[in-house]
Amino acid sequence: MSPAARLRQRFFSWALRGRAPEAAPIVLNQRRVFVLPTRFGFAFAALLLVMLIAAVNYELSLGYALVFLLAGLGIMAIFHSFRNLARLRISPGRAAPTFAGETARFGLILTNPDNREKYAIRLRLPGRNPVEVDVPAKSCSEVQLELPAQDRGWLALPPMTLQTTYPLGLIRAWAYAAPMMRCLVYPAPSKDALPLPALPFDDAGDAGLNAGMEDFSALRAHQITDPLGHVAWKAAARLEQGPLLTKLFAGAMARSLWLDWDDLPGEFAVEARLSVLARWICEVHEAGILWGLRLPGTTLSPDKGAAHFHASLKVLALYG
Amino acid sequence: MAKPATLGRQQHLWLLAAASAVLAPLTVDLPKGLALGTSLILLWRAASLWRPVPVPGHGLLTLLALGGAVAIAAHYRTLFGRDPGVALLLLLLALKLMEAKSGRDGHAAVLISYFLMLCQFPYAQSIASAVMTLMAVVLTTTALVLINHPRRSAPGALRLSAQMLAQASLFMLLLFMLFPRIPGPLWGLPADAYAGLTGLSETMTPGSISQLSRSDAIAFRVEFSTKQPAQDTLYWRGPVLTGFDGRTWTAGRVPAGSTLPYATAGTVSDYTVTLEPHDKLWLFALEFPGAIPSDGLMTADYQLLAKAPVRTRLRYAMRSYSGVIAGRDESPERLRQARQLPAGTNPRGRLLAQAWRAELGGDGPAIVRRMLDYYRNGHFSYTLDPPLLGANSMDEFLFDSRRGFCEHFAASFVFMMRAAGLPARVVTGYQGGEINPVDKTLTVRQSDAHAWAEVWSKDLGWRRVDPTAAIAPTRVERSLAAALPEGEPLLARPAFLWLREIRFRWDALANAWNRGVLGYNPQRQRDFLAGLGIADQDWQRQVSALAVLGGLLLSAFAAWALLERGRNRDPLQDAWSRLSRKLAGRSTVRPGGQGSGLARRPWEGPHDYAQRISAALPNIAGEISIIAELYETMRYGPKTTIARTRMLQELNARIGRLSP
Repeated sequence: MSPAARLRQRFFSWALRGRAPEAAPIVLNQRRVFVLPTRFGFAFAALLLVMLIAAVNYELSLGYALVFLLAGLGIMAIFHSFRNLARLRISPGRAAPTFAGETARFGLILTNPDNREKYAIRLRLPGRNPVEVDVPAKSCSEVQLELPAQDRGWLALPPMTLQTTYPLGLIRAWAYAAPMMRCLVYPAPSKDALPLPALPFDDAGDAGLNAGMEDFSALRAHQITDPLGHVAWKAAARLEQGPLLTKLFAGAMARSLWLDWDDLPGEFAVEARLSVLARWICEVHEAGILWGLRLPGTTLSPDKGAAHFHASLKVLALYG
Repeated sequence: MAKPATLGRQQHLWLLAAASAVLAPLTVDLPKGLALGTSLILLWRAASLWRPVPVPGHGLLTLLALGGAVAIAAHYRTLFGRDPGVALLLLLLALKLMEAKSGRDGHAAVLISYFLMLCQFPYAQSIASAVMTLMAVVLTTTALVLINHPRRSAPGALRLSAQMLAQASLFMLLLFMLFPRIPGPLWGLPADAYAGLTGLSETMTPGSISQLSRSDAIAFRVEFSTKQPAQDTLYWRGPVLTGFDGRTWTAGRVPAGSTLPYATAGTVSDYTVTLEPHDKLWLFALEFPGAIPSDGLMTADYQLLAKAPVRTRLRYAMRSYSGVIAGRDESPERLRQARQLPAGTNPRGRLLAQAWRAELGGDGPAIVRRMLDYYRNGHFSYTLDPPLLGANSMDEFLFDSRRGFCEHFAASFVFMMRAAGLPARVVTGYQGGEINPVDKTLTVRQSDAHAWAEVWSKDLGWRRVDPTAAIAPTRVERSLAAALPEGEPLLARPAFLWLREIRFRWDALANAWNRGVLGYNPQRQRDFLAGLGIADQDWQRQVSALAVLGGLLLSAFAAWALLERGRNRDPLQDAWSRLSRKLAGRSTVRPGGQGSGLARRPWEGPHDYAQRISAALPNIAGEISIIAELYETMRYGPKTTIARTRMLQELNARIGRLSP
């Protein structure tokens, strides 16, 4: 690490003053916003110095006036840049779970309590390209910060830099923030497909969606989440005023697939096992089969649907 | 650092507009070819924003830059110096805009533009140039805002830059008045630094003053503290020309000292002169000065000189005496020079003069009268457009063309006096001036430039004779414009009275500008600070005054930047909070009510809150429900209704009337 980078790191941790990670909402009050000239700002200052010397040398009264006006402009740029960033509020938004190897997207909500729009706010995670956003007056904007998800488990949002050079590019106002926010990373589904374990019936060839729809068992009141295909349409036609009914099938309980840690070949390491299980879960979820999950110490009873899908993957993500 | 954004059409347009505003005032003083060339490049760039006009690549741009540099070098015969430098910078700006793609290019163009604004001030610092520069600053700053925030609308960026510049002008005022002024120049200026200043010169040929007379530029201004002398005695003495080669009159080398070479006598006039820079040593004063300024000298031919060329506007107090008799004991050498004539030229004039001398003897005053009569009776006319004269210019003027301007009359008069054996010399300077009725100052313009003669005699020393007064008395009594016949081309002809009135007002304004703004030099700054109670030369107090006032201004802006939220609150929220405050004092009727009374609880919506109030205070239940409904409509209804203002008024009125 170069001395400059080390210094920057020291400043960074001093600026956050041990607050990271911070509880929402984070308000960028004046003690958190720093201002310094940009490279263009330094060039502008050097130009003003040259112009001042020229005005002195040629005894140009209007030259003095011009230099002083531009100097005033530079000073005002400090206040405007500062004001453009200060008082901004940052609250964590949604961070949808993702698979390892893909990109995690952290949604952040920036709220502007002022009566003026805040322009060209740049958010940057270390080593990533900045994202620029305008926040309208008395309103909020959502930004998505992307971070590569490498390992399964919780991925915490690292401290970020918020900066703006608005309006003149002469002054950079910036602040550091470390919102308490994390994104769940599921294990990457294995690429080398191991076949799904067989259904506990001989006629496993027909293991699709229809398998569990053979043995009609009962009717119950329709719920919004029930598949339309299971609505008892004939019954509905008969009872015009009556409620919609859903057909229940006995097979649904009987024919469920167990995805079991111990079914996997012994030579598979932990991560490889999790990876294969993740792929299986994706496949069975796609196929609409009921599945249960058995891991050492954890068992999820058979079910299906998005909630079960995510619950299963979460168990895998946080295993160990 | 983030990637610099690319420039879009809008940013290009504003940069081009800014560059045009920078270019416009410079075109007056720079070669026309350069102005044309840069304008064409800017137009080319503008056209390429709409139409598929090819934009030059790197090769062609380099070629253009080299070609331009060569043309500039050829025009000025050098690439060093102020004017070629400005020309090169202008070329650079145009070419930079041609190739600009990134935000960084835009930043560079903005910096060059700011610098070029300064470059017009050595040429002109008038009110007009200040206004044009201000426009250029606004345009350039707007371009800068748009480069840094491309999504911003142009009117918004324009408003913002105007706002920022208005705020910056406070700093400008403070620094302008209090920033310690250092007397310049810090080092030698390029030789061409003061090219282009108009004024008299050390030589006079036929036509040189009539050329100057076409200029309306101001030479100097005078404020009299005593009574102003009569118009026809206002002779502002300038270079004295003794040397003559048959065509050109030149000022010789004359010793100068710091004591008056004559005794003062006659009526005293006290006045202050504000002299425009002319890059020469001459100081102008009424004949004859009664004192020499502390940093000036007087030559043996009674001309006031500064010790350094006058390159900034100069203000000096003066005293003159009307009855001085100067040069009775003039040195024989100087008298010999004042009789010298080149041999062999202008034979007809010489013959005539010698005939007069033979006829009148050595009677100087008689010869002078004879010459003036010769002008009066010889059908001479006074004109700004005299015919060109050849080798024997005096003869041609005296006997053939007989049409001339003041330099023709003065030169021919001195020639004839010398030919008749009398010591005589040409004096150039200004005659008269125009009183500005607005601020009562006397304005002397280049068009008041004049040439007259001085003849020496033993009794009276050097005496002024103005032959122009013999042929065109109104020139001396009133003004050049009055003296010229109809049809002469002249800027100063007062065709319309109202136009004259406007000019007077404008001149008064320009005079105030010159004194207050342009003339704000180290001396005036000291005076100003003394007025504030800061002692002369006390730079520490001056700097601390600047620091204190600057600090106050900075804190005011800091407060403005920090305390945003206090202002411009949501009026609807204010009204709603007012209701809550009004009811807070009321305790609920029902037992077990909270101490906070009927104040709105933070989680309570308008509907729930209204219900709670209605339950507690049934007498105002109806009114409360109307208020809550109004609030709900305004808060959650469509935001576009025009009736919002009226509804807000009604809401406020109802809350105000409420008496729980």
